[in-house]
Amino acid sequence: MAMAMAIEVSIWRGRANGRYQTFTVPLDQSQTVLDVVTWVQRKLDPTLAYRFACRVGMCGSCAMTVNGRPRWTCRTHISKVVEAGRVEIGPLANMPIIKDLVCDMAEFFAKWQRAKGAFAPGKSRHDPIERISPAAAERVAADAAIECINCAVCYAACDTVRWNENYLGPAALNRAWTLVNDVRDAGQRERLAALAADGGCHACHSHHSCQEHCPKALSPVRSIAGLKRRSLEAYVRGEL
Amino acid sequence: MKSHTTAHRKSGLWIAAMVHRLSGLALACFLPLHFLALGLAIDGEAQLDRFLAWTANPWVKLAETTLVFLLTVHLLGGVRVLLLETLPWREGHKQLATAAVAAAALAAIAFLVRAA
Amino acid sequence: MNVRLYLLQRATAAIMVPLVLGHLAVIYYATRGGLTAADILARTRGSIGWGAFYGLFVLAAAIHGAIGVRTIASEWAGLRGGKLDLLMWSFGLTLAALGLRAMAAVLLP
Repeated sequence: MAMAMAIEVSIWRGRANGRYQTFTVPLDQSQTVLDVVTWVQRKLDPTLAYRFACRVGMCGSCAMTVNGRPRWTCRTHISKVVEAGRVEIGPLANMPIIKDLVCDMAEFFAKWQRAKGAFAPGKSRHDPIERISPAAAERVAADAAIECINCAVCYAACDTVRWNENYLGPAALNRAWTLVNDVRDAGQRERLAALAADGGCHACHSHHSCQEHCPKALSPVRSIAGLKRRSLEAYVRGEL
Repeated sequence: MKSHTTAHRKSGLWIAAMVHRLSGLALACFLPLHFLALGLAIDGEAQLDRFLAWTANPWVKLAETTLVFLLTVHLLGGVRVLLLETLPWREGHKQLATAAVAAAALAAIAFLVRAA
Repeated sequence: MNVRLYLLQRATAAIMVPLVLGHLAVIYYATRGGLTAADILARTRGSIGWGAFYGLFVLAAAIHGAIGVRTIASEWAGLRGGKLDLLMWSFGLTLAALGLRAMAAVLLP
């Protein structure tokens, strides 16, 4: 049955001042949104630009806006999102469009750097390896936030990002939260200072859009609430 | 362009944040007027009484009822945010936000019934 | 929003929780049979208790409101830098001045 049917797929073309172009794509079994985009590029228009790599929900490169909602397209079945035989696929919001479905993620990743989202080592190879119990409170807190695949779905869904270009965003802050809970990290003071600055964790309004949209079912808003507490405590103690 | 995400604006907690922001903004606009009205007493009781007589108007009562709603919903929504940010994480904020709006509506209706 | 503004806004919010509840109670009590100036002034004139209650309330509301207006102006009107600080300070100081003037009107005998 599915083989005989086709859907109308509107795909964004061009840059910010582009437009939607509609293609007719045959439906197939177990077909993902990414499969549909690939079919268009292979069969109808080889100039269509889009990103993907792993196709199995690990790499975080294929996120797009599907019917107004940011999603990972390799793990979204087209049958789940087709409405009345139509689906609209655009690039992620809150980032400049390079071409078609590809957006410029430079600022998104620059904010990971600004949020001190990299481990700061404090020991040398001569020190013994630190033992971290899986049951330690810090380890449990980090575990809850660690599975991020950098897909930027939360960043595209966040209105605080949309309204405040300075805001670090849910992904970078969620990453920072895993490091704040890393007892081996030697850069906590600098990290908390960066997170407490203008555009840091306190800019979050707890809209919960990140938690609602995260394909990995993480809760950046929860991580950010933790950061607000941790950096407020440091500020009140005069450490920042 | 439409692909600028819109789906998240149908979520209950996004709406709760908007209710909080707009009620706060409305209160911020109202407060100077409230203070100016009370300030009428500087020129004596009669001035203030003339103003208060005007507030007996049913439309003003309705506006006051709205203000009671705005104040209560901003209070309860704010308490929810304070709890979210200070206590260990809990789910169930959608229910809390709905309860806050419902309680504020009840408070406003109670005010209207009493004032009418 | 940075941590200092955040602390000020959340602290004034926490201070105002009991104050707003008290104010709502006053609203319900005072409007039981229509408002009159004599009623209000009999309650407030020369009262140190009400002076402290509403003095704290006015200052907390001025700080809280000014920071809130700053955030909204930044996010929804695109105001940045000096203009944003000017708006915050002028809104907060106006609110505090008007509030203290209103208190003087109803508190001073």
